[in-house]
Amino acid sequence: MAKASDLDVAYVSKLARLNLTDEETQLFQKQLADVLKYAEKLREVDVSHVEATAHAIPIFNVFREDEPRDWFTAQEALSNAPHIANQLFIVTKVVE
Amino acid sequence: MSRSDLPALTIADLQSLLRRKEVSPREVLDALCARIETLEPKIDAYLSIDFQAAAKEADKVDVDLPLGGVPIAIKDIINVKGQPCTCGSKILANYRSPYDATVIQKLRAAGAVPFGKTNMDEFAMGSSTENSSVKVTRNPWDMSRVPGGSSGGSAAAVAADAAFGGLGTDTGGSIRQPASLCGVVGVKPSYGRVSRFGLVAFASSLDQVGPLTKTVRDSALIMNAMAGHDPQDSTSLNEPVPDYTKNLGRDLKGMRLGLPKEYMIEGIDPEVKSAVDVALKQLQSLGAEIVDVSLPHTDYGIAVYYFLATAEASANLARFDGVRYGYRAKDPKDLLDHYGRTREEGFGAEVKRRIILGTYVLSSGYYDAYYVRAQKVRELIRQDFVKAFEKVDAIVSPTSPVPAFKLGERTADPLAMYLADIFTNTGNLAGICGISVPCGFAKVNGNQPRNDRGSRSLSELPIGLQVLGKALDEARIFQIAHAYEQSTDWHKQRPKV
Repeated sequence: MAKASDLDVAYVSKLARLNLTDEETQLFQKQLADVLKYAEKLREVDVSHVEATAHAIPIFNVFREDEPRDWFTAQEALSNAPHIANQLFIVTKVVE
Repeated sequence: MSRSDLPALTIADLQSLLRRKEVSPREVLDALCARIETLEPKIDAYLSIDFQAAAKEADKVDVDLPLGGVPIAIKDIINVKGQPCTCGSKILANYRSPYDATVIQKLRAAGAVPFGKTNMDEFAMGSSTENSSVKVTRNPWDMSRVPGGSSGGSAAAVAADAAFGGLGTDTGGSIRQPASLCGVVGVKPSYGRVSRFGLVAFASSLDQVGPLTKTVRDSALIMNAMAGHDPQDSTSLNEPVPDYTKNLGRDLKGMRLGLPKEYMIEGIDPEVKSAVDVALKQLQSLGAEIVDVSLPHTDYGIAVYYFLATAEASANLARFDGVRYGYRAKDPKDLLDHYGRTREEGFGAEVKRRIILGTYVLSSGYYDAYYVRAQKVRELIRQDFVKAFEKVDAIVSPTSPVPAFKLGERTADPLAMYLADIFTNTGNLAGICGISVPCGFAKVNGNQPRNDRGSRSLSELPIGLQVLGKALDEARIFQIAHAYEQSTDWHKQRPKV
């Protein structure tokens, strides 16, 4: 199992697209190291014969008929957008 | 009965009055409105209230429907059309729900009237409601203490008679723990029993919507309206819904209740322990047999929970990117700056902490060591319960190891806050159902000097008994909790607010 000291909060925050202040980075580094240290107890458990469980109940693919039904109008779908124009979401420029 | 006495009624008693036309739904709503206006400055349980919209519904509702004319408070993580749905977060401060969650559609179809949205830990992450970005909700039993969380607003409102009943969500204990700390009844249904469509997702394999009420019967009534299959939630179970009130009033003769030896941990408050011991004797006197059981992987529950719940949260909260809805940072210089600052400025500390932990346990090189291993231990925890339920009909324990703690007491130490869910979160991991029912009070030193000599008053803080049942065995835990409740008068105690 990985070591608690492997955690690099500054790097992970980039993966998560979540900027942190220097103070937050240092604080989380310490607090999450404590959590990871606490969780080291999971290493004791013999899981060699256990299947990983994603859900507590067995769930298989669920299908429905592909039928049209009423749903949001464009206006409703755009109603909470921070920036719209011409019935479109306006996003920050992606290409130069 | 005076109008100002209406808010103290249970849902069942309120319905009798409504059906006998002794009060109208509108009068009920007005009485509740007056009560909330008086109490809200002290308790701060609500994030938004729309009495005008509720009054329109109340005026045309059919009181003969199962919940006809009953106002219900809704945790602010469940979408109610036209209303805010902040999830206690700055990132959704200006969001308005364009649709009703399935549970809201079902409650409306049963005649219930949603009228307000209750405070919560941001995105349901917390055990004290202190992680709300908006305000601090206080425990009606002692204003210097937390109501528990994350569904602390609904629990506090019900406890203070500022709601007849409320909806909460429970991912690791977020209904049962605040119910316990506020002295009300709270139910976490089995995974898949209640639709999650329209519930803002925190940890999709653990989240369930459930009721918080003054009595067990009231919770059963809300579950009758809310449970069942939903084609819009592929994880909802296509199983028939029994009438959850049908076993209420039956005795407990021959009922076998398991007491897990692993739950007798150090750190459990002595008054909580003795209250639960007395409750067990009471259950025995009602005909139940108490049987020792073992859930050997209990001690790993918190660690498993925090890896799996944060992993799922980090993926679920990726949708908050400032594009389609929610807050967007001003003048981003490029797309990475847009994402990074939108999320930095929009999320609070606990949400950030959990996104970081969840992203880490899913990241390349750590996925097998943390995430997959936690999933495997989850399976062992689930099997513990399967084996225990071969011997017993239900499992009993304290809901929370401690009564309500002080505001601010645990905010600096995330791990201490996480341990608040030690008796509840294995139930979510195993997908089973659970209920918390009031079982006594702990006496602690109050905040206010009682007299001029400076001696302190005693606060009474509620204690909760948890009953866990097999998946889809809600009717049985309602029966047990109801039989216990009716043989005591804990549920009749109300805080002096």
